[in-house]
Amino acid sequence: MHIDHSQPLEYSTQQNQLNILGFWIFLGAEIMLFATLFTAYFTLEGRTGSGPTPAEIFEITPVLIETFVLLTSSFTIGLGIHAMRLGRKNAMMTFFGITLLLGLCFLGVEVFEFMHYYHVGATYQTSAFTAALLTTLGTHGGHVTLGLFWGTFILLQVKKRGLTPETANKSFIFSLYWHFLDVVWIFIFSFIYLKGMM
Amino acid sequence: MRKKWTLLTSMMALVFVLAGCEPLLVLDPKGPQAERQANDIMLSIGIMSVIVIVVMVILAYILFKYRASKQPDDYEPPHIHGNKWVEIVCVGVPILIVAYLSFVSVKSNYIVESTPEGYENQEPLVIYASSSDWKWHFSYPEEGIETVNYLYIPTDRPIEFKLYSYGPITSFWIPQLGGQKYAMSDMVTTLHLAADEAGEYMGRNANFSGKGFAENTFNVTAMSQADYDEWVDEVHDTAKPLTEDEFETLLEPGHLGQMTFTGTHLEFSPAPEHAHNEVSDEDSDESHEHSNHENHTEEETDHSGH
Amino acid sequence: MEFLEFFERFAIPHPSPAIYASMVAIALTSIGIVAGLTYFKKWGYLWREWLTTVDHKKIGIMYLVSALLMLFRGGADAIMMRAQLATPDAKLLDAQHYNEIFTTHGVVMIIFMAMPFIFAFMNLIVPLQIGARDVAFPRLNALSFWLFFAGAMLFNISFVVGGSPDAGWTSYFPLAGNDFSESVGTNYYMLAIQISGIGSLMTGINMCTTILKMRAPGMTLMKMPMFTWSAFIANVIIVFAFPVLTVALIMGTTDRLFATNFFTTESGGMDMLWANFFWIWGHPEVYILILPAFGLYSEIISTFSRRNLYGYSSMVWSMILISLLSFLVWTHHFFTMGQGALTNSIFSITTMAIAVPTGVKIFNWLFTMWKGKIRFTVPMLYSIGFIPLFTIGGVTGVMLAMSAADYQYHNTMFLVAHFHNTIIPGVVFAMLAGLTYYWPKFFGFMLNEKIGKVTFWLLTVGFVLAFFPMYLTGLDGQARRMYTYSEATGFGPLNMLSFIGAALMAIGFVTIVYNVYYSFKNSSRDIGSDPWDARSLEWATHTPVPEYNFARTPQISSSETFWDSKKNGHVLFKGEIEEIHMPNNSGVPFIMGIIFFIAGFSFIFALWVPAVIGLIGIFVCMAMRSFEKDHGRHISVKEIKETEEKLGGAK
Ligand code: HEM
Ligand SMILES: [Cu+2]
Repeated sequence: MHIDHSQPLEYSTQQNQLNILGFWIFLGAEIMLFATLFTAYFTLEGRTGSGPTPAEIFEITPVLIETFVLLTSSFTIGLGIHAMRLGRKNAMMTFFGITLLLGLCFLGVEVFEFMHYYHVGATYQTSAFTAALLTTLGTHGGHVTLGLFWGTFILLQVKKRGLTPETANKSFIFSLYWHFLDVVWIFIFSFIYLKGMM
Repeated sequence: MRKKWTLLTSMMALVFVLAGCEPLLVLDPKGPQAERQANDIMLSIGIMSVIVIVVMVILAYILFKYRASKQPDDYEPPHIHGNKWVEIVCVGVPILIVAYLSFVSVKSNYIVESTPEGYENQEPLVIYASSSDWKWHFSYPEEGIETVNYLYIPTDRPIEFKLYSYGPITSFWIPQLGGQKYAMSDMVTTLHLAADEAGEYMGRNANFSGKGFAENTFNVTAMSQADYDEWVDEVHDTAKPLTEDEFETLLEPGHLGQMTFTGTHLEFSPAPEHAHNEVSDEDSDESHEHSNHENHTEEETDHSGH
Repeated sequence: MEFLEFFERFAIPHPSPAIYASMVAIALTSIGIVAGLTYFKKWGYLWREWLTTVDHKKIGIMYLVSALLMLFRGGADAIMMRAQLATPDAKLLDAQHYNEIFTTHGVVMIIFMAMPFIFAFMNLIVPLQIGARDVAFPRLNALSFWLFFAGAMLFNISFVVGGSPDAGWTSYFPLAGNDFSESVGTNYYMLAIQISGIGSLMTGINMCTTILKMRAPGMTLMKMPMFTWSAFIANVIIVFAFPVLTVALIMGTTDRLFATNFFTTESGGMDMLWANFFWIWGHPEVYILILPAFGLYSEIISTFSRRNLYGYSSMVWSMILISLLSFLVWTHHFFTMGQGALTNSIFSITTMAIAVPTGVKIFNWLFTMWKGKIRFTVPMLYSIGFIPLFTIGGVTGVMLAMSAADYQYHNTMFLVAHFHNTIIPGVVFAMLAGLTYYWPKFFGFMLNEKIGKVTFWLLTVGFVLAFFPMYLTGLDGQARRMYTYSEATGFGPLNMLSFIGAALMAIGFVTIVYNVYYSFKNSSRDIGSDPWDARSLEWATHTPVPEYNFARTPQISSSETFWDSKKNGHVLFKGEIEEIHMPNNSGVPFIMGIIFFIAGFSFIFALWVPAVIGLIGIFVCMAMRSFEKDHGRHISVKEIKETEEKLGGAK
């Protein structure tokens, strides 16, 4: 394997560059996925049948906590990548660890939020609106869950194998994924929650 | 075996006779909307034929002229990149054609989506046409009449069909009077037609809707206003009223013959309120119009078992 | 007792003797295959060389074989439909069976025949045309194939286990909802397409990366061969179109399995949303199919005209334009939904606009032949037949795009004639042309030209007879998807003609199989590596292609580097042979395919325990992949030299 030392570690081999480009293209597909979900949501938002409307079920507190936690985690993973570039394995692992913990917090609050919806009678089957809402949030939440496992695996690998072109590459790609989820959340926050509460 | 072949050949002969003689339904319009559509179709067939012929002629010429067997062995074709003028023509001419057809298309869209030309000053006759598996229910609210699987209409009068469905998406189509439009369960669509000539026309559901789809047809009879008025009176004299229970049984999946009632189902099972003007499917503000529609959706669920 | 009840769900709801016969046939064939593999001790070979392969060429061949199999499955459906419609009031099929058959015909032909066919050529050709060792992610490539295959198998067992889908390949709701489609058929539709769709999406990502990053030195974007360009654009469309289908299918699945209300008629559900999503994917999908076909025609026409492709850059730009426009026209599939004149006018114009870049391409092909030296080989015959026939398909498309007139064409046989008129001369002919053209490259012998010409004429004449009458019956009021019609309609004779045409096509397809058999026995194996005197890079390496493709990386001068090296003294291969790094084989993609199959099957029948176990299995495979250390293997210089020698001298 040819390693190009003029590049950052995560870009240093041909395969690494392929991986990163491929992942960007994958994110393009993910954008389409969420765009479709948003389209469905905006179309069905007002179609509540005999169920509750958005304004009736949305609560600001958990949403604000989720937003704060996820934004912070996006920041900490940025710090993690910065540490990785400097070759500081322990700092990087710490930041990644914090990121994952924040992700876990996010998920916890989201589960709480879902339980709230269930209690106020907004279940998956209630109406077109609730189905679209829970599918959109659920898809995002599912991505976060997957990310928690993935991030943990990467952390374990960095711990065991150190910062190699391979582990650096994986960590970098994971950070792209995490930032992406953050961006999606900002859309969810603005156009689902804020719009719905107004 | 032999017999089969003679049969086949005679059939083939028949095809050409048939295709040549009897006009195709769509190209034999009996109303202003169908006529506009038939004209558009003939126009586009004309223009498109020219394109196809031009391509075929160029192709035939090139194949004939440049086939390998006609050329000396040592002929080596040149390297040609492209020519600005050729390309301008190849882009320009299609753009002109498409622009012209777009112009016609846009104009026709506005024509078929409004009261037929020449009928603007008349009050349209409103008929609600709703489909259920696999029948059509025609409600004449002004006349207080409802029919199943047949339609009587006066000639020389604009008719506004209000379409919706008790079940799958269907498409209301009377080829000789005009093109089709969907009937759906959560909104009403509008189709403007008119008949210039008295006569019997074929009508059907054109959109696949399950097992009984092929037979999902209805008869259309266009007649003079006087005959039509006579029919309305006759129905009021002879037909029995449509009750809610009766209507429920009519909705059950299956085929029915032609039926006639006084009164319409609109009284106890109104059409969905939501009218589809310009893209409402992208319009999220129309939120609460479903209150009314709830009634008939419930009915749908309990007749769905088949 | 309970035991029996459990199995009742797998019974088919509308049995017929033909279906029972197929069950027996399937069982016997499977037993036969297993017995044959065991008897000839081929299990190991199968596992090592095929099931675990990550080689793009072998994956391409597997796509090819699957596509041909599916062509016959879909063709059997087609001939049954045509037989039923050949005479008025025929009793061959009842309504239910006819509905199931046209539904599976549509899905099989588009998703499980045409898609793998284009993937076959992308896999076989693209890495060779750009001078790469393999695709960017060989393991992912294998996974894509096995997901496609799992989806295809899942879909194909529907008619013997639980019942086929019967709501049309468009599967419009509410018809496809639980209220009106009670059997598990539509569940098959949702899950089988989902699984293979995920595979397609991964191929899209893989191919885009490959083409963007792995081109040989000197090959700028504007020096890529035309097939690679077309593959690139098609894959970009895949990346952007398939996620829409993914979401729509998820919603359809939850509506059916978890009683959500996306597309139902209750609680705010909206049937039109499905139609919109379906066609936002569906229209780009037809361009995903046709663009690679265009690419193949470009290669073939230029080779057999002995000329460079005319208007290379206008070819590229028109494809880019087509790909953008293809996302802006979906509403033309339901002009009759009542959107009003304004919306219809906009989409009418965007749709017609696509005709312009398409027209440019037709003229470019014509001018490529101009001043050429045209050889009428079988691939060239298909390409020549394609030009006028596809033009007819295209102009009828423009006719359909006139929305007011479309109120009369929509849902009729006219529409059926149109899309077959584009898909068959466009996609199917291209695939057969490509098959004949590239056959020697991958199998080391040529297909017989005489038989090939017979096939071509059978298909062409059959096609014209089968589909041109439909334009007339459509205008005469014959709706599509009608399982029967009465004598009085007068549709009989023209439908009989269609049946005769379909029968000719069926014979044509059988001659392809015969051709393979005949040529395998009789064709010369001594054909060199460039039997057609071709122009692009894929012909520069040996036949059959060694696993590493090129011993030395080629140096690129133009989009026809190989031609340059033959005629203008361009030196393709420079420098010493070096050690080559190759990816390892892996059984995981195959195993994941099986797990996806099992999980999909369990979802279809709402068997939650195996479904959840299957999902967990998938994640476990992914986790294992994350921890795996796989650095591939190296082929030594000595080994390369030996292989090159054996194949007739170093290249
Ligand atoms: C032997 C050649 C073929 C024949 C005779 C044939 C015949 C038919 C017939 C009779 C129908 C149904 C018409 C109806 O709805 O009543 C149909 C539909 C269709 N065909 Fe073909 N076909 C052939 C090849 C193909 C190929 C190669 C493809 C695709 C690559 C294809 C794609 C479709 C699709 C997508 C539909 C629409 C299915 C639906 O609306 O549910 N066909 N074909
Ligand atoms: Cu389309």
